[in-house]
Amino acid sequence: MNFQFSIGAWLAPSVSWLNRNLHWLFDAIGRTVEGVLGAFQSVLLYPPAIVVMVVVTVTVALLTSLRVAVLAFLCLGFCWLVNLWPQSMQTVALVFTAVAAAVVIAVPLGIMAARRPRLESFLRPILDIMQTVPPWVYLIPAVILFSLGQVPALIATVVYGIPPMLRLTTLAFRQVPNDLLELGQAIGAPPRTILTKIEFPAALPTLVVGLNQCILLSLAMVVLAGLVGAGGLGAEVTRGLTRMEMGLGLRAGLAIVAIALLFDRVSRAGLQRRERKPAG
Amino acid sequence: MTTGNMTAEDTLLDCQSAWKIFGKRAAEAMEAVKGRNLSKRDVLQEFNCVVGVSDASFQVRRGEIFCIMGLSGSGKSTLIRMLNRLIEPTNGRIEVKGRDIGAMNDADLRELRAKHMAMVFQSVALLPHRTVLENAAFGLEVQGISKADRNATAREALTTVGLGDWMDRYPTELSGGMQQRVGLARALTSDPEIILMDEPFSALDPLIRRQLQDEFRQLTKDLGKSAIFITHDLDEAIRIGDRIAIMKDGVIIQTGTAEDLILNPADDYVAEFVSSISKLHLIKAHSVMVPVETFLRDHPGASADDLAQASPETDIDDLIDLMVGQKGAGLAVVRDGQVAGVVTPASLLLGVKGSQASEGGHG
Repeated sequence: MNFQFSIGAWLAPSVSWLNRNLHWLFDAIGRTVEGVLGAFQSVLLYPPAIVVMVVVTVTVALLTSLRVAVLAFLCLGFCWLVNLWPQSMQTVALVFTAVAAAVVIAVPLGIMAARRPRLESFLRPILDIMQTVPPWVYLIPAVILFSLGQVPALIATVVYGIPPMLRLTTLAFRQVPNDLLELGQAIGAPPRTILTKIEFPAALPTLVVGLNQCILLSLAMVVLAGLVGAGGLGAEVTRGLTRMEMGLGLRAGLAIVAIALLFDRVSRAGLQRRERKPAG
Repeated sequence: MTTGNMTAEDTLLDCQSAWKIFGKRAAEAMEAVKGRNLSKRDVLQEFNCVVGVSDASFQVRRGEIFCIMGLSGSGKSTLIRMLNRLIEPTNGRIEVKGRDIGAMNDADLRELRAKHMAMVFQSVALLPHRTVLENAAFGLEVQGISKADRNATAREALTTVGLGDWMDRYPTELSGGMQQRVGLARALTSDPEIILMDEPFSALDPLIRRQLQDEFRQLTKDLGKSAIFITHDLDEAIRIGDRIAIMKDGVIIQTGTAEDLILNPADDYVAEFVSSISKLHLIKAHSVMVPVETFLRDHPGASADDLAQASPETDIDDLIDLMVGQKGAGLAVVRDGQVAGVVTPASLLLGVKGSQASEGGHG
């Protein structure tokens, strides 16, 4: 008797079946994603770099603090100085879109999981798999279905970004003090008001941590994005590696760090500002 | 403290035989309790269910402060949460202003909680990301009242509780006592008839607690509100409450005024509780006086008309002063111009002990 079995033996046919029969669907998803990313990149790349830098800096200064704005300007300035501006903007667009998609999927699921222990125990192994299986593995079917380019990269990034966001959302909503929930009920607040006015603000600090994790892990995936032809800083890192160009690899790597800093500090400051908003 | 003849319409809240059994087989256990009169222990063994509150009945009148006193685990917090259905009763009927709250749908229940029954928590439950003013206005905000209106009402309520200068602070900047004032102000903003107080002052230090107790009683009476006040402290119950219900193991053992509890404790548990309480201000002349005939029998030749006089509501503390300051053998208690009885030194001493003079024996 032979108990060994081949996953590929039934996985490969099903992927090709999907590819043959649902090609229109994946095509549509791919086009939508490319459209969104493309538009985003054009907006960032059409004006001269200095305009984008000033606009971002002023916006950040208005929304958060001057300190964060200066940091944002320095990060963007570094990307421009090392002559990787277009690639940096491609990466920003990719990460931004991926994080937005991950948040949209993970937060509602995380809230539901916080309320239904069964759903959580169902999700937990799936999240473990998503986080631990090397992304290369699910990139293979993604590339088959969506072909090379930004779409499989984005999907891989989203898949990688969902688990931390979802886990921390569940944790955040579990940690909302019971007396605050009781207060909501005792003053006759409908469930939606309890969610938006009590649970969300109370969960916010942990949600910020989740968002940061999501952003940083997504950025870690941009190298992989380069591997499947998504361009951006990842492509530069890949090129540096394959050509053994130390300088190029280092420049691109530091630019990724700059983008990571930018995202992290701005998102953190932006969300914390709301938490401490003065009266009126 | 005295209660006149109350009619049915004065009853604001009527709790009729309310039960709460916790556990997966609560419904089954309830049936068994009703059918076979099971004890709390039997229910735990047979159904693995815990009886939180068993057969609690009481009425709260308009303008009354009703205290429910019990130690931890006595079911008092469960009971108060059944009154606004934060906890669903397993059995029984609770009427608020004549309406059965068990039959209310979600919208009616929310309306009841928002406008007619406010609640103050032991943990205060202030939202940390909101200012004092925003916290006080939160109940109205949830009801969809405009910012200007709700802030005006909240300002008024905060001024009433003495926090007029603290409106733009955050809860963490306030002391425990001040935080609880915010909780009280929040409860007052919606102008409810009934305020449910779940051990609001238990976590405060004694001086602040005393001050808040007095202020709370005064405020409730001034505003004409009714309150149900949960506490584990008999002194607090006596200080605040018009009537007190004593709870033990989920059962209300006795309901009555402080004087009732001291003079006629229902069982040893209540007697033990009240034994350490100072009776000086709680027991009144009408409870310690002996009949005039008894006095005359013991003091032949004396006349009740020659004695110094006291009213039936004079407390023991004042009676002692009167007794010491006069030469007669007792004090005549005069009600409506008639001598209703006589307080003798012996009956007064029994009163200090907490025993009723006219019965002569132990309570």
